[in-house]
Amino acid sequence: MKISLEWLREFVDPGLAPRELGDRLTMAGFELESITAAAPDFSGVQVVEILEAAPHPQADRLRVCRVSTGQGEPLQIVCGAPNARAGLRTALATVGAQLPGGLAIKAAKLRGVDSAGMLCSARELGLAEGQDGIVELAADAPVGQSLRDYLRLDDTILELAVTPNRGDAMSLLGIAREVAALSGVPLRLPSTAPVSPESSACFPVRLDAATACPRFFGRVIEGVDNSRKTPAWMQERLRRGGVRSISPVVDVTNYVLLELGQPMHAYDLDRLVDGIHVRHAQGGEHCELLDGRSVELQSDVLVIADAQGPVALAGVMGGARTAVSDPTSRLFLEVAWFQPDAIAGRARRYGLTTDASQRFERGVDSEGGARAMERATALLLQVAGGVAGPVTEVAQPSQFPQLRTVQLRRGEVGRLLGLELGDETIETSLQSLGMQVTRTDEGFTVTPPSCRFDIAIERDLIEEIARRVGYEAIPAIHARAAQAIARVPTSQVDETRFLDLMAARGYHEAVHFSFVDPVLQERLFPANAARVLANPISSDLAAMRVSLWPGLLRALGENQRRQQDRVRLVEHGVVFLPDGSEVDRVAALCAGRRWPEQWSGGAEPSDFHDLRGDIEALLATTGDLDAFSFEPASLHCLHPGRSARILRSGQPIGWIGELHPEQTRALDLNHAPVLAELDVQAALEVRYLPFSEVSRFPQVRRDLALVVDEQVPFSVIRERVTFASSGLLRGLRLFDVYRGTGVEPGRKSVALALIFQEKDRTLVDEETDKVVAAIRAELSASLNARFRE
Amino acid sequence: MGDLATLSRQALDEVAASSTLAALEEVRVRWLGKKGPLTEQLKALGTLPAAERPGAGALINEVKQRVQQALELRRELLSQAAVEAELAAGRIDVSLPGRGESRGGLHPVTRARLRIESIFRESGFTVATGPEIEDDFHNFEALNIPSNHPARAMHDTFYFPDGKLLRTHTSPVQIRELLKGEPPLALIAPGRVYRCDYDITHSPMFHQVEGLVVDRNVSFANLKAALSGFLQAFFEQDLRMRLRPSYFPFTEPSAEVDMSCVFCGGAGCRVCKHTGWLEIAGCGMVHPNVFRAAGVDPERWTGYAFGMGIERLAMLRYGVNDLRLFFESDLRFLRQFGAL
Repeated sequence: MKISLEWLREFVDPGLAPRELGDRLTMAGFELESITAAAPDFSGVQVVEILEAAPHPQADRLRVCRVSTGQGEPLQIVCGAPNARAGLRTALATVGAQLPGGLAIKAAKLRGVDSAGMLCSARELGLAEGQDGIVELAADAPVGQSLRDYLRLDDTILELAVTPNRGDAMSLLGIAREVAALSGVPLRLPSTAPVSPESSACFPVRLDAATACPRFFGRVIEGVDNSRKTPAWMQERLRRGGVRSISPVVDVTNYVLLELGQPMHAYDLDRLVDGIHVRHAQGGEHCELLDGRSVELQSDVLVIADAQGPVALAGVMGGARTAVSDPTSRLFLEVAWFQPDAIAGRARRYGLTTDASQRFERGVDSEGGARAMERATALLLQVAGGVAGPVTEVAQPSQFPQLRTVQLRRGEVGRLLGLELGDETIETSLQSLGMQVTRTDEGFTVTPPSCRFDIAIERDLIEEIARRVGYEAIPAIHARAAQAIARVPTSQVDETRFLDLMAARGYHEAVHFSFVDPVLQERLFPANAARVLANPISSDLAAMRVSLWPGLLRALGENQRRQQDRVRLVEHGVVFLPDGSEVDRVAALCAGRRWPEQWSGGAEPSDFHDLRGDIEALLATTGDLDAFSFEPASLHCLHPGRSARILRSGQPIGWIGELHPEQTRALDLNHAPVLAELDVQAALEVRYLPFSEVSRFPQVRRDLALVVDEQVPFSVIRERVTFASSGLLRGLRLFDVYRGTGVEPGRKSVALALIFQEKDRTLVDEETDKVVAAIRAELSASLNARFRE
Repeated sequence: MGDLATLSRQALDEVAASSTLAALEEVRVRWLGKKGPLTEQLKALGTLPAAERPGAGALINEVKQRVQQALELRRELLSQAAVEAELAAGRIDVSLPGRGESRGGLHPVTRARLRIESIFRESGFTVATGPEIEDDFHNFEALNIPSNHPARAMHDTFYFPDGKLLRTHTSPVQIRELLKGEPPLALIAPGRVYRCDYDITHSPMFHQVEGLVVDRNVSFANLKAALSGFLQAFFEQDLRMRLRPSYFPFTEPSAEVDMSCVFCGGAGCRVCKHTGWLEIAGCGMVHPNVFRAAGVDPERWTGYAFGMGIERLAMLRYGVNDLRLFFESDLRFLRQFGAL
């Protein structure tokens, strides 16, 4: 909301500097967004009259003007504007003038003719953009006066943010009421004395949707001249309010909207057929709008219609068919009151935001219509002439918004704000906002003015009181919390711990959008249906992720493009399953050298086993590592020979594997990354195992090198060894896997260190020998193992 | 005993000439061993007249002791030299970087969030979470934002074809927690939120933290103290804070929270657009309609709520100047956040 201070001062003049006023309004809830000058700096420009405009002897497009400055001899000015004509009052930059942008005006010779200055366009003065022709001032503009003084250009514009609950403040009047309240300076209202009708012309109005539109003022004005130029002062005020000048009639309606906050509309009466109906649209009806678009209307859209159909979207925008134009001479003016509910959201549905819809959605003063009609009539007769008919009001008073009284309990203000205020302060705070306050035994009965339709409950009054005394007056008091020792659950591995564990192992945590490229996700997980957004921000951010891998893989590709080839990322977040559930996951990706490039080792590419080591470290935080197993399994996007499902006590809790070579190629990755993903809840549940006594007796190590078929997985070897070890085995370590000389093709040599120990005594060699023999026998029998000595 | 003097000189010369511990040991064995010349001399004492024996024996022993002392000294010298040689040979370049993996790190938004959580936890707040796909009731209706409410225009919402939506704020967690049971409660709800808006200063996904305190007589003054306490704790600075009247459908009175700029201390700089203030949160007293929607009696209970953007807090704390960096996973960016 742009507020011209010069205009505001007509309503209330608090005598504050612009910044100070802006700060006070900010602290009253109207945030100051910017302070700008109404016009850029320029000097030496005055109001002049063109006495004569003759063709230039050397140039078709130029004119030689004789210009009166009100004193001394007329000046000769060469001008290229097509509207430079005798009798026009306009703006002259005399020799010595400084124009915006640092242009200095000097005496010049144009195609051989002397020119003692420059006639200016609004654009050259920084007052408008893209307007052709020199400034056209009113016929009574005082020749010789400085243009800055005449147009009161030494003005400041405050841009204020008005919150959606304060429809009443979306006008000069509304802000003026606030300024009056916060400064204590009384408010002066512009004259809205009734304009007495000089004709009896009326136009019939029928309210068919009285709940949505219970009140409608209409007035016929005949004999207007809409081809006139809107006076400069009005154009200026509109400009400062952010509205473009269109024609006198439209400008007047916009002026009243800016000034009083009452949107209104003017129809070309000659184009209206039979009478006005305010009604809901019939499904499928169309309306061609002022902006040239044709919209299809739903039955919850309120329209103004005549016998031929809709002529306006009520409270949003007028229609093209009945729009006023230059030749319009008979007008029908509409000032209506619409229920906010009947307007809210409709403009947005059609991709529109208009000054009218913004105000009607938030609410307009239900008692302000007659005043606005009179103000508009007076201004219209002033700027476009004409004869006004009587104001006709069609109303359904039972549907008017009720002026309600609100009870305020004395103790509630202090209870809610933590600040005790006396009755006097409460009363004067509310009265300064135009509310009527009477004291009662319990507190106060308050009647807000009709413009403050937002005040409906006690809480609204407390907020107004807080705003008036100022939020800064409320102290900061720490609440005294009751002491309640809460349980700190240890059932899950804390997020800080598991993320930091991965960080300590070289992983950087990444955070990616929850929506991913559906094409990428589909390629990785063709079997998983994803939830898809109805209105994605772009087509490659349309599908809710079913896994954290699409985000991680995309990040890998982007890092490779940034020449970051070694990538270790971990991500924690939810994935979205088609059944509507959200599952908390943690995922990791590892690609590139085993260690960062360094002087000693780790140059080999990291593989499945590296990531598995990291994942095992993560799983070990549950205290239950032995319950996890990695079972060969295949997933579409993973290398079938290098992927595993991760199980916990037999239940699947995640996946690990190398990206399928085809995927690696499709994603244009330098080398195949290894990926893992775990269900946080199931995978990272902590299990405390009971303490088990540490044996004080020596342990015995026996090494065993066996040759088995390539296909025999280590997990099976471990299982058979454990099975055959009669409970004496305390540890089993795999210290070598060998293929090559001495081992038949298709077989591998596996070297195990077996650790034996008893809890209560020292093992004797014979016992150990016996167990090892049993293990060898078992391995030979079940796995066709051969032993290397 | 001219012979003895020669032997003594020879022995001492050999000791002095030994350059290794092994050579020295050979010298010792040669001269002091069972068959060594000095031992031989002692053995030969028996051939002397009894009267000369003590004197001669003493002389031999004296020489023997001298040789022994020389050996000891030489051994000490040589072993010291040997240790020094070993050390010299074992010298390494300690300026080389350490071997193995280098540390990764937590995402700055996570770090900020964990810090927020720990500050509030220490003040007795619990941490609550809620779903990211929400329904209209929890995200809007129950928060006093009926359909067509102008405030909905402030929330550019992502929808699913079935009418569900991605939550536009963490406030639905308020409703879920209030519906769970009777107050009093004090909680924060951090999490991801979504708005259909993408440019330099807007991300379609970002993180918020919601706060909610409900008790018998919780007041606006308590809200002020909590927020100002939090901001001072988070930024570890004596910040000034101001509350400006504002509007949110789910609180009344409502306020925007400004804090004095962490970069210029309020003097005015580029970051605070020369106002000295940074907008950091929205807050207010829970609206009675919200309590009613969640089955809480607004006559018995009062409460305050606040919401903050975690990215904003992280940007200010870590001096990050572009929101988009958080979601690009550029390792050169992430590597800067290794500290805990």
